[in-house]
Amino acid sequence: MANAYAEYETKLPKSIMEEVKQHAAGATDAKLKKILAAVYIEYQRALVDPGEAVGNVAAESIGEPGTQMTLDTFHFAGVSEMNVTMGLPRLIEVLDARKTIGTAMMEVYLLPPYNAGQDIKKIAEKIKETSFREYILEFHIDVLEANMTIKLDKTKMDMVDATPDKLIKVLLKGLKGFEFTAIGTDTIVAKSAAKDEQLKDIYHLKEKIKDVYVNGVKGIKMVLPVKRGEEFLIVTAGTNLKKILAIEGVDTTRTTTNNIYEVEELLGIEAARQSIINEMNKVLDNQGIDIDVRHIMLASDTMSMSGHMLGISRYGIVKEKPSVLARASFETPLKHIFNAAITGEEDHLNSVIENVMLNQPVPLGTGLPRIVVRHFPKKVVKKAKAEVEA
Amino acid sequence: MADIFLDYKFIGTVKDPREFVGNVIGERRQGKLAADLNILYDEDVDAIYLETAKGRSVRPLIVVKNGKPLLTDEHIRQLDVGQIQWADLLKQGLVEFLDSAEEEMALVALEEGDLSPEHTHMEISSLDIIGVTTALVPFGNFNQGVRLTQGSKNQKQAVGFYASNYFMRMDMDVNLLHYAQKPVVTTLMYDVLEYDKHPSGMNVTVAIMSYKGYNMEDAIVVNGGSIDRGLARSTYYRPVEAEELRYSGGLMDEITIPDKDVRGYRSEHDYRLIEPDGLISVESRVAEGDVVIGKTSPPRFLSGTDEYNLATNYRRESSMSLKHGERGVVDFVMLTENEEGNKLVQVRLRDNRIPEIGDKFTSRHGQKGVIALIVSEPDMPFTASGIVPDLLFSPHGVPSRMTVSHLIELVGGKVGALGGRYIDGTMFNSEPERDMREELRTYGFRENGAETMYNGQTGEEFHVQIFVGNMYYLRLKHMVANKVHSRARGPIQLLTRQPTEGKAKEGGLRLGEMEKDTFVAHGASLLLKERFDSDKTIIPVCENCGLVAVYDARRNIAHCPVCQDSEVSQIEMSYAFKLLLDELKSLTVYPRLKLKGKY
Repeated sequence: MANAYAEYETKLPKSIMEEVKQHAAGATDAKLKKILAAVYIEYQRALVDPGEAVGNVAAESIGEPGTQMTLDTFHFAGVSEMNVTMGLPRLIEVLDARKTIGTAMMEVYLLPPYNAGQDIKKIAEKIKETSFREYILEFHIDVLEANMTIKLDKTKMDMVDATPDKLIKVLLKGLKGFEFTAIGTDTIVAKSAAKDEQLKDIYHLKEKIKDVYVNGVKGIKMVLPVKRGEEFLIVTAGTNLKKILAIEGVDTTRTTTNNIYEVEELLGIEAARQSIINEMNKVLDNQGIDIDVRHIMLASDTMSMSGHMLGISRYGIVKEKPSVLARASFETPLKHIFNAAITGEEDHLNSVIENVMLNQPVPLGTGLPRIVVRHFPKKVVKKAKAEVEA
Repeated sequence: MADIFLDYKFIGTVKDPREFVGNVIGERRQGKLAADLNILYDEDVDAIYLETAKGRSVRPLIVVKNGKPLLTDEHIRQLDVGQIQWADLLKQGLVEFLDSAEEEMALVALEEGDLSPEHTHMEISSLDIIGVTTALVPFGNFNQGVRLTQGSKNQKQAVGFYASNYFMRMDMDVNLLHYAQKPVVTTLMYDVLEYDKHPSGMNVTVAIMSYKGYNMEDAIVVNGGSIDRGLARSTYYRPVEAEELRYSGGLMDEITIPDKDVRGYRSEHDYRLIEPDGLISVESRVAEGDVVIGKTSPPRFLSGTDEYNLATNYRRESSMSLKHGERGVVDFVMLTENEEGNKLVQVRLRDNRIPEIGDKFTSRHGQKGVIALIVSEPDMPFTASGIVPDLLFSPHGVPSRMTVSHLIELVGGKVGALGGRYIDGTMFNSEPERDMREELRTYGFRENGAETMYNGQTGEEFHVQIFVGNMYYLRLKHMVANKVHSRARGPIQLLTRQPTEGKAKEGGLRLGEMEKDTFVAHGASLLLKERFDSDKTIIPVCENCGLVAVYDARRNIAHCPVCQDSEVSQIEMSYAFKLLLDELKSLTVYPRLKLKGKY
């Protein structure tokens, strides 16, 4: 039994072997050999031929269904301001490897017992970035004294166990040149430390103080606890993978972000590669479009093979093309031609588009194989002929 | 205090604007003010606008007071017998014209049943909310709005009897339908327009069924027998025109048979039909390339010494001939003089257009389609009573488009044809479908319009009953004869040496960027190269400097003018690339071709 498998262990990929083992569990040795031989032939047939234009086929396979996609944005149920970029715009965003994306989002998975819903609101609140703005009830500026009285939101403070003194510490860290004094349990008085023009400072402070970061994870603009199946998780608007993963109770193996650059920075290029595939699949599933993963994988591989993220654009992978003519034929031809002229670049005409331009056979498919003719000296040929005649 | 403007000029103010407006309208209705004076009180800016200017579109409405139209049945009776005229209705204030501004103050009821005390006006007919061509669609109120728009758009392209003096006219690009008919299913608008004097369609028998897949995707299958009997036959007229222009220096064109020494002389064969006066005789058959009007022009750009130069003194050939793919018969020749007093020749060509595969047809419901198959009459399906339809329309064209009127017209047409009468399909006011179905039953047909039909080829009965009836179909002016085009060899552009573009220039069909990708995807490398060989050239290239060299045909050697004594190789490339290299040189970029053995 085992012998039959052993022969194909190196010839067939693991997943296929597993499948055969599962389906042909009760087969006899002779039968198994036949099965494996047949599987091997099928497998060989499924392989891509040498010289196949895989990139072109992948581009067409992704591009054609792209024309049928709707330009709708997906509206998050229950949250009015949360529109998620989906469909074609999102696909373009992923493939272009944009640094700033339409809707940065995270899905924060939690470890037990939190994933059953325990303290979910509290964790969510803790993750969310809060600024001082949210603690303010009202301002009162005293023009004569040149100071500002800030009335604080008591209920909000109680939720995170904050006191005026604690908040003053935070304010001192974020703002320079001001003095704060706490009055009672819900009031702070601010005064400028400057010598003159104190009142002007106070007016500036009124705006500046609102944006002082207090607590939570920077970059997480909104949080939404969601129940998916039996499990509770937190969906966020805005991302900060590094800080979120550091929080206790977060499932570090499943928590994701849709910001591919953050993934690359924290988890490396391989993770980013997978992230591109996931993000593209998310869009395509949502639109009900079926594209073979291998096309998407090829796109993802191309984008990540240099070791860092490159978009499929003139600043990304096209810039990396070795051929001047190929680059010039894509976008901004003059820029490429002039730069090539300055550096004296050579084009070896090794790729498709250059050969189309020159009306030469493209080095793909039937244009790839070459006949190598060995040039014999005349004497050798004569000698060979003589031998044949003799 | 409201400001008053007369034709946008300030003329004064008034204390009670509403009373003022009421007075103006009242006086107008009494005939004291002009009928085309309109008034608007704009509450927001507290201003009254009076308008008397020309060029506003106004429309008539029946005046309503206290929920009752002022125009009564008695008035209509009097109109009928001719006791009163339209002008009398206006004078009595029963009917008035509103412009778009005054409409803002009106509440208009569509029909009498809708009237309430708030209403100020009522439509003369509910059809008034629809445009002229749209009102030609029978039973249109059963349709989705889009289909009405499309239906009326299509009707404008119909071939018909466009003018009864067509024989005297020299219209450009017109079609004339031979056996135009008045529709059996009509609407009020057909009477208003006197459509029977210029009809543009034919009543045909239509079966809604598929035919071997030949009528899928909006295609239609037509009975060849019907075509032989003259169904939708039309004539296409095209004039050719030439003028004897006068040039400076007393030179002028001459309409004649060009002499053989004229520059650009075609061939004797091309001039065979024209007579010494340069005109062609009526009823001669002409085809592609044949000269219709022979003409020569004086040489161009005459200057200075050229006048005495014999070589430049040849006249130019400038005859009018038929373009690629054209044919016809000379219908009419006219010799006259134009406004400038120049001799003017107009020749009208006629071409008989028998419906063929690819010609476009439509019903009046936005259901257009092209002929995909012409079936000989014996092969057409026939009904139990032996009726052979003229046209087969695919059932798949109906559900998604929801053109209910198309189906109702089919029943209506059937009833009209059997009963020998016209059916009124005016929107909102049509003959009820139920009555028509009931009538159909009295003629011995199934009330739903379906009939048992038989396969024309095998004689077998179809398993389902087929919906057959009569409809009004229009032939549209888009005919393949004007559009077919193909080429294998032909003219090329001067600059790029690539084939020209477009039918008029006998151009090629471009294999574009995306089509190129499909060749690459198939790995059909050499096939792709062959496709792009249209501008292939052999260019001598200097092996030393890599620039394009010069070929000296007299000495049969190529040499590089830069390097003089260097090796030159013949290199095959697309001319467009050679052009790119030239353009790079103009940008002061030195594109150097480094040559090496291919293998």
